[in-house]
Amino acid sequence: MTTGGLPVPGRSARPPEHRVESTNLADILERVLDKGIVIAGDIRVNLLDIELLTIKIRLLVASVDKAREMGIDWWEHDPTLSSGQRDLNEENRRLRQRIGDLEAARNRELGNGSGAGAAPEQEPEPEPTRTRTARAREEQGERE
Amino acid sequence: MSLVWLYAVRLGGAEAPAGPGVDGEAPRLVAEGPLVAVVGTVREEEFDEAALARAMEDLGRIERLARAHHGVIVEAAAELPTAPLRLATVYRDDEAVARMLRERAAEFGAVLDRVRDRREWGVKVYVDAKPEAPAEEPEPSGKPGTAYLLRRRADRDRGARARERARAVADRIDETLAQVAAAAYRMKPQDARLSGREQEMVLNATYLVDVAGEEEFRAALSGVEAEGATVELTGPWPPFSFATLGES
Repeated sequence: MTTGGLPVPGRSARPPEHRVESTNLADILERVLDKGIVIAGDIRVNLLDIELLTIKIRLLVASVDKAREMGIDWWEHDPTLSSGQRDLNEENRRLRQRIGDLEAARNRELGNGSGAGAAPEQEPEPEPTRTRTARAREEQGERE
Repeated sequence: MSLVWLYAVRLGGAEAPAGPGVDGEAPRLVAEGPLVAVVGTVREEEFDEAALARAMEDLGRIERLARAHHGVIVEAAAELPTAPLRLATVYRDDEAVARMLRERAAEFGAVLDRVRDRREWGVKVYVDAKPEAPAEEPEPSGKPGTAYLLRRRADRDRGARARERARAVADRIDETLAQVAAAAYRMKPQDARLSGREQEMVLNATYLVDVAGEEEFRAALSGVEAEGATVELTGPWPPFSFATLGES
């Protein structure tokens, strides 16, 4: 494998002798709440009407720890729910701003020679490094 | 008064699952032509709109509903092509169910054709997605601020590389498995804190696999595992992720 992932011994890819019932709840909910045939029945409180989002928010508000215990965690990955990811553009903007600030701070430091009095030309090749960083940043932005 | 909870629509079969269903009831069948709906009679006061809305705020109740719903569908799907219904599909009476089956007979026919002699298998893949340890400390430049910035930059680069590798692994494994599956669907990876593993879940996918091709599918999985990823297989599932109306 190219990633250096550690081989971990255990229950991997072995024949499926276990009962499905033993599967964790998160796996079941991923399917019974998010998958399966969707038909509007006579009772209009099917999950489409409630909106899964509402359910998730309610679950989240009700008891995050309990939910985690049970393996219900989708909001962690739901950009509309997870405050950490609510607005990726905003997040990207802030990161860019922060990197800009850091670089500006560094340039100021290089410019005034800082307190140690070392000569600026001793800095280890800032330009190529910065280019690489910028590319990594862009890739990260695309990925997320 | 009672309502009718819909578990699944199946192609034929005269035997109802033993259950128990979502209300502790014994599931029944509603037949309409070749289609058979697997249903349960449930109490209206527990399954009308208000009660269901309340239920969806109660994790314990959701768990019981989900497990019972799932359990009945597993039984129903054991022998015959079966399309699982999403949780909480409720009708007034059997006639309403039969009418729905008549109206959507062609759609159900297509779905059941697609899942015939196939089962769904969940695959989670974990890899070590943590950045490698810093290779070397940057030269002390006598400038703490600069050293800090360089360190931060190196950390960022390593993190980006680690994520890139993890994503590449997930893509490649998904591709490999999809080639031996009839259909594939990628779900969101579950949170790392839940698995209790050091490694990160990079792939949470599910595959519709020919029963006749399950050996080949498992062989592909073993190949993936042999390359160093940790693989977790769940199933067989009824074809939840591949039973969708309105698709051919």
